Amino acid sequence: MHNNPYLPQKMRILDVYPQTDIDITYKVECDIKPENGQFVQVSLPRIGEVPISVSDFGDGYMEMTIRKVGKVTNEIYNLQKGDNLFLRGPYGKGFPIENYRGKHLIIAAGGTGLAPVKSVINYFYRNAHEVKNFDILAGFKTPQDILFKDEIDLWRSKFNVLLTVDNANEGWEGHLGLITKYVPEIEIRDLENVEVVIVGPPIMMKFTAQEFLKLGVPKHKIWVSFERNMSCAIGKCGHCKIDETYVCLEGPVFNYTKAEKLID
Amino acid sequence: MGYRLSNEKFNKLLDGLKGEYKIYAPIRFPKRGRFSDTDLIRYGEINKVEDVVWIEKSNYSPKEIVFPITQTLFYFTEDEFKESMVHNKKILIFLRPCDINGMRRLDTIFLNNGPIKDVYYERLREKVKFVMMECKDGFENCFCVSTNSNYTQDYSIAVRFTSNEVFCELKDESFQQFFSNLGTEMNFKPEYIEENSVKVQLPEVDKITTEFFNHDMWKEYSKRCIGCGRCNMACITCSCFTNSDIAYEENPNAGERRRVWAGCHIDKFTDMAGGHSFRQDYSSRMRFKTMHKIYDYKKRFGEHMCVGCGRCDDICPEYISFSNCINKVSKTLKEDESNAQ
Repeated sequence: MHNNPYLPQKMRILDVYPQTDIDITYKVECDIKPENGQFVQVSLPRIGEVPISVSDFGDGYMEMTIRKVGKVTNEIYNLQKGDNLFLRGPYGKGFPIENYRGKHLIIAAGGTGLAPVKSVINYFYRNAHEVKNFDILAGFKTPQDILFKDEIDLWRSKFNVLLTVDNANEGWEGHLGLITKYVPEIEIRDLENVEVVIVGPPIMMKFTAQEFLKLGVPKHKIWVSFERNMSCAIGKCGHCKIDETYVCLEGPVFNYTKAEKLID
Repeated sequence: MGYRLSNEKFNKLLDGLKGEYKIYAPIRFPKRGRFSDTDLIRYGEINKVEDVVWIEKSNYSPKEIVFPITQTLFYFTEDEFKESMVHNKKILIFLRPCDINGMRRLDTIFLNNGPIKDVYYERLREKVKFVMMECKDGFENCFCVSTNSNYTQDYSIAVRFTSNEVFCELKDESFQQFFSNLGTEMNFKPEYIEENSVKVQLPEVDKITTEFFNHDMWKEYSKRCIGCGRCNMACITCSCFTNSDIAYEENPNAGERRRVWAGCHIDKFTDMAGGHSFRQDYSSRMRFKTMHKIYDYKKRFGEHMCVGCGRCDDICPEYISFSNCINKVSKTLKEDESNAQ
């Protein structure tokens, strides 16, 4: 069939970067040019297919950070450099980078929620003059769960990075507690020129957004990214529909004015 | 143009058509019904007019002809993907106006929702021509008049069955050759049902707010609904599916990617790896389905999704009435509005 949208392309794994015991970043050779925050359908024949957010991309390559958490990702976890992944996409609407230029940008990410926004952070890391200020709040369950440690250290050289963990054993000298605890510490001077991106588990996004609203950030300045069960990623299978909105088509990135009205 | 054919002549017509068409109609599967000693009526291929069950409503819709319950997307051999194929015949479906209107809803989802068409649906759908079965009286639980789906002009042939002859209206001239020398020409126009015994009041879309999603009226369904999803399976407009891969037992290096019908009432519909899930309470699934059929689909596409075939009411093992639910939505909205004033 012509243009079978379900047909994936075989892509070679150029490198694997273990992040934690269960999270690995896969760099694949491909000419897909996604937008920041879009996702792809990743599959292994005979195992299955899953939606995965693009964690970074560049000339001739794309990266996905995948947690070993289910049937398909358990198998992907065993893949090595030189093996193949099967991809189709990219799908959905990403982050509107153009809205963030010249603004005070704040990104609050919880756990694997850092993956879909990492390319946004790296874009502004490479083009730091394009944002006025940049605060990054990253939260993980424990120090062992921290993703992208090396890049977080790089970001610190240019931006205000606050890294916190929910629980830690002795020896952890960084911040402790949920992201919501640290939101009030961010100094926002100009509420009209701020943009806030929040990505993480549903409950984290809900309460983090509430903290920013308490600080007076207008709703339309807040952006979130959703994660839902998906089979097709092209608006047919129905799994990701919320009200009249299809997360795969109109999302996964939503402005908060829209997201607050999406009741599953 | 119209024709009047004896059953015998109509069977000759079917014989002529069979060379080019696979012909589907509601047929009887004796003793395969939900209760002991009852029959199942669902779509299947027919050979003769006597196969067509036109005197009862089918338990299941014709959607499985264009959207099969299980459909192979690809066959795998190691790293190779091979697309599945379909038969090379055209398709003729005997169906009522509600189902023709329901097919248009399926077209909307599979072909017009988002920029990308579903090619697996399209390759079957483009083969299809409709033979509309006249439906003057409706059946128990039908409410097609309330949903404006009792009427359609989207058919190639319309038929009225009687015990020994068939009246036909021919709109699509490509079928003319098959009718030649078979029947007596006559004027025939199908009639349409004008009133059902069940009536629903569809809510006005702009009266529904997000607060209504958490309204107490949904709570009764948390106990009554058992999440079996039979309503989803029987519905002509339910179009959800799940893709999954299988490896063949005899040779795990080969396998296939399939899609299988899914339903928003059924467990795991929203489950994600890692444990997140939505709508675990059955009442929220009832709310989700109801809102899709009579609210959010209309917001997105301009017409209600539900076509009032009533098959969900016929099949629910808990005797939940969808028409009652729709009326309850409209009544509750009105009450809330007058209480607010």
